[in-house]
Amino acid sequence: MTSKISRRAFLKGSITAVGSVAATTSVARAAKSITKGKNEPLVTLLDISKCIGCEECVFACQEANAAKYPEPEKPFPKMYPPRVPVEDWSDKRDVTDRLTPYNWLFIQRASAIVNGEEIELTIPRRCMHCDNPPCVKLCPWGALKQEENGLSRIDSNICLGGSKCRKACPWKVPQRQTGVGLYLDLLPALAGNGAMYKCDRCYNKLEKGEVPACIEVCPEDVQTIGPRKEILKKAHALAKDMNGYIYGEHENGGTNTIYVSPIPFEQLNERIEKGKGKPHLNKVKNMMADGTNLAKAMIVAPIAGLAAAFGKFYLSSKEDKS
Amino acid sequence: MNSQAKIRKYIYSITVFFIALSGFAQMPVFKRYYIADIPGLSWLAQFYVTHIMHYIAAIVLITFVIYVLFDFIFKGRGLNTITRIGYFKIVILAGLVITGSLMVVKNLPSIYFNHNVIIVLDLVHLGFCMILLGAGLYSLIMKKKWVS
Repeated sequence: MTSKISRRAFLKGSITAVGSVAATTSVARAAKSITKGKNEPLVTLLDISKCIGCEECVFACQEANAAKYPEPEKPFPKMYPPRVPVEDWSDKRDVTDRLTPYNWLFIQRASAIVNGEEIELTIPRRCMHCDNPPCVKLCPWGALKQEENGLSRIDSNICLGGSKCRKACPWKVPQRQTGVGLYLDLLPALAGNGAMYKCDRCYNKLEKGEVPACIEVCPEDVQTIGPRKEILKKAHALAKDMNGYIYGEHENGGTNTIYVSPIPFEQLNERIEKGKGKPHLNKVKNMMADGTNLAKAMIVAPIAGLAAAFGKFYLSSKEDKS
Repeated sequence: MNSQAKIRKYIYSITVFFIALSGFAQMPVFKRYYIADIPGLSWLAQFYVTHIMHYIAAIVLITFVIYVLFDFIFKGRGLNTITRIGYFKIVILAGLVITGSLMVVKNLPSIYFNHNVIIVLDLVHLGFCMILLGAGLYSLIMKKKWVS
């Protein structure tokens, strides 16, 4: 008699058994850090050198967030004009090699030479949860929200699926599912196109003082979560120890996801597969910086208006006198 | 209409045109409806460009509104010279400036507004904009002035 064991089941059996004891203690430690950092954004640190690419985090994410996934109504309403794309992932829910509305975390792979030896590095990729997230700030309907603990998330009950958040995101993280959401009750033919989905850093678990599913399940302790100052300190110490590199601290003006890698991110970026649903590892400038600078200039606007009116009044009264 | 009033009218009309255009461009509609495909208008589908343009137009509008307001006060013209449609547009403009300013604050780093407040601000700001454009069109057609 032969028995078939799936790759996932095999990995789950072997790796989880080995890592369970260590994981339990680290999860407890992480949960304590979450409570401690209530008044400070929580940051996750990912030690790429530890990741073995087992995808336990990917499946844990899917299990933990299954109730949030879209259940589209079919057939989709006809949308006008015809250029409006239908994006349907509902029949491809098992795709795990990229970000989709049903897969908010995936493993990116890159081969690299470390100490003269070729190794494969695996990188868990998901939303970076930016400090000042353009997706949240630029959504015209307020369908996205940022919480004080640093996570940003999409309210799929309000989202109309215009995908502006994806265009604004430097990593193009949010993914669209057509045929679901509020637009169906408004003008489905003329406005909207479903709803957007992305990692919400398990906000509902965090609210209960629990750690996100991907951190909880990791048998290799790849991720650590905690208050910003504490995590940044850890990230720099780790980078110093492994003579490594940091990504996410300054990208887009700073994010709440910090990667530490033994090889430079420029090299990793060249070696990972990039494209739709597969974010890059490029340097990213602060996309909201121009807006922030103009906001400061806006404070001067009323003063300038008042000064101009007063100047005119002063000159005309001077003319009247003479 | 004297030359000063004409200049004011042009500044106000051009600013409102660009602020409304860049404001509507905050919604992903110009690409969908081919408007951004018109040569010279592709920027309407570039959200960071329209965001900055909206801010710049807001700076011009706020400066202009405050200038006109204080110029009116310094001249000592009575409130009774303001027409009914003038009063109406002043209230709507004030609403636009207040909601817009709050949205600018909301967009700053480390600022967390209540989610429902953000949704209300978005909708009210859009609503005020539509009303102002409607009132402007009414004034244009009916030849109604701000002051008598």
